[in-house]
Amino acid sequence: MFSLFLEQLLNSLQSGLMLFLMASGLTLVFGVMGLINLAHGSLYMVGAFACAAVAAWTGSFWLGLVASLMAAALAGVLVEMLIIRRLYNRDHLDQVLATFALILVFSEGTRWIFGSFPLFLSVPDILTGTVVLPGALEYPIFRLAIIIAGLVVAVGLFLLIGKTRLGVRIRAGEADRGMIAALGVNIDQLYTVVFALGAALAGLAGAFVGTTQSVQVGMGEPVLILAFVVIVIGGIGSIKGALIGSLLVGFTDTMGRFLLPHAFATFLDPSSATAVGSALASMLIYIVMALVLFLRPSGLFGTEA
Amino acid sequence: MTMNRETLINTIIAVAFVAVPVIAMGMNEPFIITLATKVAIFAMAGVGLNLVLGFGGLVSFGHAAFFGIGGYAAGILASHALNYEPIMESPFLIEGTTQMIVIWIVALVVSALVALAIAAITLRTSGVYFIMITLAFAQMIYYFAISWPAYGGEDGLSIYVRNGFPGINTLDPISFFALCAVMLGIVMLFSAVLIRSRFGLALQGARQNPQRMTAVGIAPFRIRLVAFVISAMITALAGALYADLNRFVSPTMLSWHMSGEIMIFVILGGVGRLFGPLAGAALYIILEHLLGSVWEFWQLPLGVLLLIVVLFARGGLVGVLAGERKHA
Repeated sequence: MFSLFLEQLLNSLQSGLMLFLMASGLTLVFGVMGLINLAHGSLYMVGAFACAAVAAWTGSFWLGLVASLMAAALAGVLVEMLIIRRLYNRDHLDQVLATFALILVFSEGTRWIFGSFPLFLSVPDILTGTVVLPGALEYPIFRLAIIIAGLVVAVGLFLLIGKTRLGVRIRAGEADRGMIAALGVNIDQLYTVVFALGAALAGLAGAFVGTTQSVQVGMGEPVLILAFVVIVIGGIGSIKGALIGSLLVGFTDTMGRFLLPHAFATFLDPSSATAVGSALASMLIYIVMALVLFLRPSGLFGTEA
Repeated sequence: MTMNRETLINTIIAVAFVAVPVIAMGMNEPFIITLATKVAIFAMAGVGLNLVLGFGGLVSFGHAAFFGIGGYAAGILASHALNYEPIMESPFLIEGTTQMIVIWIVALVVSALVALAIAAITLRTSGVYFIMITLAFAQMIYYFAISWPAYGGEDGLSIYVRNGFPGINTLDPISFFALCAVMLGIVMLFSAVLIRSRFGLALQGARQNPQRMTAVGIAPFRIRLVAFVISAMITALAGALYADLNRFVSPTMLSWHMSGEIMIFVILGGVGRLFGPLAGAALYIILEHLLGSVWEFWQLPLGVLLLIVVLFARGGLVGVLAGERKHA
C-alpha cells in the first residue's frame, strides 16, 4: 500500500509539473498582453508531433526534444506576428473566437499532414528501465527524469522572470504596458518573445507527455482546460499562482482518482464504489476550483478580477 | 413601422429558412430538410446564448452544458419509458416518458436549477475568469457524463423511436422541421419581447455601465442571474430537440467544442442581433455541408474563414449586410 501511495504521489508531482509548463505560458501571455489564448493547447500538440516526427526520422529522442522546442516557438512567433498581435486590443470574446478558430486550423492541419492515427514516441535507451525507491517501489526512470526536467525548467523560469533583464521587462509589462513602451522598450518585440517563450514551454510539455501517452490530434485540449483551471485557481497572471495551482490540480486529480474509489469501498459494494468514486474523482478539480473561487473570486494569488 | 435594412434582411433570412425545406420536400430531398431542422435547433441554442452574450455582455463558454442537459433529459426519459423502468419508485413514482412536452418541461426545470447553481458562483467573477469558469463547469458535467456508466457513459444513449408530440407525426421530416421552426419562432419572439422589456433594458444597461445601474437601484447581479437561467433554459430546449433529431445523445453534446460552436453561430451571424443566431447557424451548416463535400479537412478553411470574420468583419453576417446596429 505504501509503495502504491508513493507511486501515485510521484505521478501527481509529474502531472503537476507538466501542467505548470502549460499554465506558466498561458498565465504569462495573459498577464503581459491581456490575451486569453485557447490555441495554447495546439502549441503543446505541435511540440509533441515535432518531437515524434523528428525522433522517428533521425532515431534520436534528444533531437526530437530540440525540434519540439523550436517548432513550438516558431509556430508561436508566426501565429503571434500574423494573428495574435491584432487581438491585444480586442475584447475577450474576439480573442476566444479567433483562438478557437486557430485550434480548428492547427488540429485539422495536423490531421492533414500526419493523418488520424496516433504516433508513438519511444523513450531513449538511457532512460528505460526502473529504479527502486523506498518501499520496494519500482518506478520508471523516464518518469523520474520528466519530474526532474520539469523541476529544472520551473526553477529556470523563476530565475528568468526574477533575475534577468528580460524578466524585469516582462514583470514591468504586467504592471504597466504603456509606461515601459514610453521608457523605450520595444513592446512589440517583447510581446513576441513572451508568446514564443510560452509556446516553447508548451511544446516541451507536449514532447514529455507524448512519451507517456500517444501523440495525436486533440491531445492538447484536455491539458489546456486543466491549465485554465490551474491559472484560475492560482490567479491569472501570477507565475507563483500557476505553480501552486498546478501542483494542487495535479495532486487533487491523481490522488482523487486513486483514493476516492477506495474511500467509497468502505461503505459501498465494490462496483458502485468504483462508479461513484471515479465519477466524483473526474469532477474533483472543478469542485476545488469552485471552492477556491467562492472564497477568493480572483484566485489564490490574483490581484484583479 | 418603416422597413429598415436590418428588417429587410431578417425577412429574407426567415423566408429562405422556411422556403428551402418546403422546396426540398417537393423535390423529395429529405436530407436537406434534416439540415434545415439542424439549423433551426442550432439557431435556438444560439438565441439562448445570445441573450447573455450579446445583450448581457457575459461571455459564457459553457453553454454546451445546458445543450447536453436538454439532450440527456430526452434520452434518459425515453430510455426509461422504453424499458418500462421507473426512474424512481420512492418516495413517489416517476416514470419515463416519450412525450416531448413532458421532456421539454423536465429539460427546462433541470437546466434552470443547474444554471442557477453555476451562475451563483460564476457571476461573482467577471471578464476572463467568467469565461474560464463557465468552461470549467461545463467540463465538470462533461466528465461526469463520461464516467457515469448508467446512461451509456462515453458511448452515449440511443433514442430508438423519436419522441412524440400530440397531433404531429414527428418521424416525418417536414413535420419535425415545422415543429422545430415553430419552437424557434416562439423563442425568438420571446427573446425580442424580453429585450425590449424593462428587464431587457436593465440587462443591457448592466452590460454598458454596471455602476450606473447600481446607482439607479438595480442590482446587476440579480438581473444577470435571471438572464443566465433563462438563457440556459432556451439552450436546453434546443438540446432536447437535437437529441430527438439525431435520436441519439452522447457526451459530445456537452463538450467544449459544442460550446465553441454555439458561440460561433452567434458571432458568425452577429452578436446582439435578433436574427444573428439563425443567420449564423444557417451559414455554418451550409459551409459545413459545402466544404465537407469537397474536402475531408473542411474545418481548416472553416477556421481560416472564422479568423477573417473575427479580424475583419466585425458584426457578423447580419452586421455586414445591415450595417451598424442602431442601438448598440
